[in-house]
Amino acid sequence: MSLAEPATLPVATSAAPRLHVPKRLVGRIKASLPAYLLLLPSLVFLVLFTYGAMGRVLIDALYQRATPKAPVRFVGLDNIAAVLADPAFSSAVVNNLVYAVGTAIPSIGLALLFALTLSRTHAVSSALRAALFLPVLIPMVAASALFMFIFLPNVGLLDYYIGRLLPVLPNWLGDPDIALYAIMIITIWKNAGYYMLFFLAGLQAVPEDVMEAAHLDGAGPYQRLRHIILPELKPTFLFVIVIAILNAVTQVDHVFVMTQGGPSNSTNLVLFYIYQQAVEHYDVGKASAATLLTLAALMGLTALSFRTMANREGGP
Amino acid sequence: MKLIDRLYKDAPLATRGEITPKLGFLLTVLLAIVWLIPFLWMVVATLRPASDGINAMAELMPSLKPTLDNVRDAWEIGDFPRYTLNTTIICAGILLVQFVTITLAGFAFARLDFAGKSLIFYLFLMQLMLVPVLLIVPNLSLVARLGLYDTLAGVMMPFFASAFGTFLMRQAFEAIPTELEDAALIDGATLLQRIRHIYVPLSMPSFSAFAIISVTSHWNDFLWPLMVINSPDKRPLTVGLSVFTKTAEGTQAWGTIAAGTLMVIAPLLITFLIFQKRFISSFVTSGIK
Repeated sequence: MSLAEPATLPVATSAAPRLHVPKRLVGRIKASLPAYLLLLPSLVFLVLFTYGAMGRVLIDALYQRATPKAPVRFVGLDNIAAVLADPAFSSAVVNNLVYAVGTAIPSIGLALLFALTLSRTHAVSSALRAALFLPVLIPMVAASALFMFIFLPNVGLLDYYIGRLLPVLPNWLGDPDIALYAIMIITIWKNAGYYMLFFLAGLQAVPEDVMEAAHLDGAGPYQRLRHIILPELKPTFLFVIVIAILNAVTQVDHVFVMTQGGPSNSTNLVLFYIYQQAVEHYDVGKASAATLLTLAALMGLTALSFRTMANREGGP
Repeated sequence: MKLIDRLYKDAPLATRGEITPKLGFLLTVLLAIVWLIPFLWMVVATLRPASDGINAMAELMPSLKPTLDNVRDAWEIGDFPRYTLNTTIICAGILLVQFVTITLAGFAFARLDFAGKSLIFYLFLMQLMLVPVLLIVPNLSLVARLGLYDTLAGVMMPFFASAFGTFLMRQAFEAIPTELEDAALIDGATLLQRIRHIYVPLSMPSFSAFAIISVTSHWNDFLWPLMVINSPDKRPLTVGLSVFTKTAEGTQAWGTIAAGTLMVIAPLLITFLIFQKRFISSFVTSGIK
């Protein structure tokens, strides 16, 4: 770098820099060519399957077919209006909000507990970490197959062991008031171990000498948690909350396998609604409109978390 | 309590007498046991003979007459070797293309200066949030238009570019001293040769971390392959398992379902137990897949 500096000096001091602007731009783009070629393979797929896909969603949301075989015609915002007026969509949104809050808070809370108690490494804590991490690895479909039996009325694992304590056996997946919570238990079971890893990594950043000073000053476990550990974990919390919300929108495999959104739409989530519109009702217009609304909501979240993520990836 | 005390013997002196951390630890032990119960049931139910009857199905005590009948039934009902092959092809195909795309893009971000760098950086960063599964509807119609509906290539394509992998490789490449590259430059090595012979060999830990994340996440993909694949012989494991579960649920064959589930997750679990440390550190770097 230092060798190149003198060579650039005459350019900086030359007169009438304005005339050189287009030339310099062309030169800069020419110099950038190798970088563009290296980025090309990735950009092709990003354009096709991410940004192009967003563009196609936007266009598809504006068109509709009268019958599955009829040609598409422009309908403007009708699809969006139809989705917003669809009670199934609004219940999917409400369910998804309940599901997001009801899975994020317990799984993050448990993850923090696990990380705090397992942060010192010895054989026992490594085994416990592995046990808590196992559900993260297995497919959601496999987890659903196991929990389908756990929630099975009368003979299932839950009723067999705990059901005896209850006056009336609940129908875990068949009761519209309970089914969503049953679904949430699977998500918490599956994700807590994943979030635990981030808190374990975050705890490494808590400075040893500050903790020692706190011990000397006689700070109890609660005071150390409240005043030293939690403030230090703030970036981890922000990051894990973003992932938890993203998971709440994108993890719907168990809904598909276990309940198909039922009973009476009580476990329908937004992504499953989109799937139903596209695959079961062949309504691409409505599915695109629902995708568009979901993307808009996630873009809002992205805007909120962008700074956190850009910092994490080290900036441009 | 004696046992727990032993675990805390190297804790700072001032905290050794505290009771709260130990209660927390006990709670974690209890929850870890609860966390393992579904797996325990899966193994016990797989080995339980059908003659024990449906009412004993939930019993977590292993049967005294273990049998492999359930494994045999599951093997006969589901085409698991075929599903495993399809999933392996999908994961390997995605990973191989990703290795090329993330190496090239990671290098561009790590070592080259170019016009529009921040804009392109943010294009990549946004992809961390706009996960492909959200865009299943437009991507399905694109895959169909490319003539890739009902093909394994159609399942793989949306994942060929990876923002996460690009950032991971950028980080790895930035840590490599430029002196090494300068020496190669003097010897007349081209850009691709420098990447191939200097950057790639020195970044193997990052490649293996990425491979773990990529393979586990695509091994578990469900909704997207479900939409793209139509023929039964092209189903990946997850789709195959869901069809298999539907079939076996109708006949209340819970032992068979447990056996099928065990077969699907065994490869991942065994690999995890062998390479535990590496898995965990890879997942820590992953954040968003």
